Amino acid sequence: MRIKEKRMSGAKPRTLFDKIWDAHVVERLPDGTCILYIDRHLVQEVTSPQAFEGLRAAGRGVRRPEATIAVVDHNVPTSDRRAGISEEESRIQVETLERNVAEFGVPYFPLLDERQGIVHVIGPEQGIILPGMTVVCGDSHTSTHGALGALAFGIGTSEVEHVLATQTLLQQPAQNMLIEVSGRLPPGTTAKDLILAIIGRIGTAGGTGHVIEYAGEAVRELDMAGRMTVCNMSIEAGARAGLIAPDETTFAWIAGRPYAPRGENFARACTYWRSLASDPGAPFDKVVRLNASEIAPMVTWGTSPETVAPITGTVPDPKAEPDDAKRAQLSRMLAYMGLAPGQKLAEVAIDVVFIGSCTNGRIEDIRAAAAIAKGRRVAANVRALVVPGSGLVKKQAEAEGLDRVFLDAGFEWREPGCSMCLGMNPDKLAPGQRSASTSNRNFEGRQGPGGRTHLVSPAMAAAAAITGRLADVREFL
Amino acid sequence: MEKFTTLTAIAAPLPLANVDTDKIIPARFLKTIHRSGLGVHLFDTLRYDADGGERADFVLNREPYRRAQILIAHENFGCGSSREHAPWALLDFGIRAVIAPDFADIFYNNCFKNGILPIRLPRAVIDTLIGDASQGDNARLTIDLARQVVVRPSGEEISFAVDPFRKHSLLNGLDDIGQTLRHEARITSFEEARRAAQPWLPAIAPV
Repeated sequence: MRIKEKRMSGAKPRTLFDKIWDAHVVERLPDGTCILYIDRHLVQEVTSPQAFEGLRAAGRGVRRPEATIAVVDHNVPTSDRRAGISEEESRIQVETLERNVAEFGVPYFPLLDERQGIVHVIGPEQGIILPGMTVVCGDSHTSTHGALGALAFGIGTSEVEHVLATQTLLQQPAQNMLIEVSGRLPPGTTAKDLILAIIGRIGTAGGTGHVIEYAGEAVRELDMAGRMTVCNMSIEAGARAGLIAPDETTFAWIAGRPYAPRGENFARACTYWRSLASDPGAPFDKVVRLNASEIAPMVTWGTSPETVAPITGTVPDPKAEPDDAKRAQLSRMLAYMGLAPGQKLAEVAIDVVFIGSCTNGRIEDIRAAAAIAKGRRVAANVRALVVPGSGLVKKQAEAEGLDRVFLDAGFEWREPGCSMCLGMNPDKLAPGQRSASTSNRNFEGRQGPGGRTHLVSPAMAAAAAITGRLADVREFL
Repeated sequence: MEKFTTLTAIAAPLPLANVDTDKIIPARFLKTIHRSGLGVHLFDTLRYDADGGERADFVLNREPYRRAQILIAHENFGCGSSREHAPWALLDFGIRAVIAPDFADIFYNNCFKNGILPIRLPRAVIDTLIGDASQGDNARLTIDLARQVVVRPSGEEISFAVDPFRKHSLLNGLDDIGQTLRHEARITSFEEARRAAQPWLPAIAPV
């Protein structure tokens, strides 16, 4: 007891980020750059071919294949895949990954394995990602895994090669940012609305250079899927990573997963994981406070995730913007989106609904959408896709009869993958088509050239599918 | 990686904020398994119309900016995806330096891995440099990495900051992996200590 008190009075209080960082510094170089140890490396087909090629050219191997897991997700069709991939470039990328994992001995979930799915869904699902770990992937939405209390961030292909070769990265420490959300989310308002509201508040560069820790009653109350949604979109606020302190909700969710520790080991791990929470009085470089009870269901209206408003709101008027460059950019956005200043968001007609992605493709998201779809019909002229985040999410949903709910309502029930979040597979918007989408980016052309994206929660997306326009899900409750 | 020491080149003004990586290189062009050849798709939607024709109003479609090696933009350049295809596309077009008030973290990092120098300067300075860059053939800036200065056409020098480690790697064209592997013994002892302290960390089963 005395030792503990002594340590508490002597040691500088640290944040969750500081603790994970400190535990992974292999070496600090003279200018402050750190060689940071990486516990888990997730690999997919789009950002890895050039990295494996680099290893081959230098005669290097993969240092720790058993800390690495590969899967195909970005390119894969979401229709029946037993006959293979017909699009040549996509097929070549998938086949290249398959050759690389075989050559370098990297564990891999093939396309027809039920564990295949979006890399950020399958990692936690398998218990491969655990609290206190450092996790990287050549994909910016790696921030998702921060929901488990792991320091997780996206890297480029050169860094993918660096991790494959050395199991480390050269990194400068980030700054600490705290986003504290008090109160409770009102009915019809979800984790997606919370993170959209946060991005609307701090902007797409609000977190640049920082790791965001989300805390407060509203965050503690979120289930793990909701926490993953919040951390997933940290990158849309410019943050290097998002983090939520691991707690009993986290431990209960991890217990029993295929790669999770068991028995005595699990108990020991939990003891360690409990010690990771930010110390009282730990300093944050930036603090933002919000009240969840003031948040309404949100929808984006522009081509940046920060251009977001409550569904009860209207499209802003560029004339009100005093800065010339910003006004011009705002006008360009509205022209691209085909929206008029002052237009009510709840009156905007949509063509396509996409439910899925690493942001909202988990079983909880599918259930939330199904609850709205049940016993209703997709509006005429609307195409609505439901794309589960993994084969296991799909299987679970089918076991609960949710595929029938969607199919009976006129939705398409598809195979897992990234799909229309970024349109690298055949699931794309046509030019001028407008979507209500549960994905994470509304950039120009993101879901297909000329496509117009409105980001919403799964329940809001289902409500849009039923009404044929952006709709307030609270009218369905 | 090609070294970056000094560069005197045409600078192209791109006065837009939040230029995201989908704008730099849309996802449909990420299906390559190579690093080169992406320059033709750089800024695809800004540069080409629906039929594939060049948009005359886009800066890189005009002389002398077709030969630009420096790009000057507004806030939060490179936000969005981690795709290294974004710096690859810039490099393949010929861009060796991007100057902006700030950059998204992953993009910023990816630039250094490819011999591209991203330079952060305050917005007021950016506006001045965009003025310089708008002078057509006279839009030449010099960047001297060793001295950490941008030299305006007028001869005025503007200092910029860069991490010493990244500067050293860029000046000498050094491979990060080679540098890290000099610490391999430390990595091995770190791994052993970690395995002993946290025996619950699972190994992922091989294929």
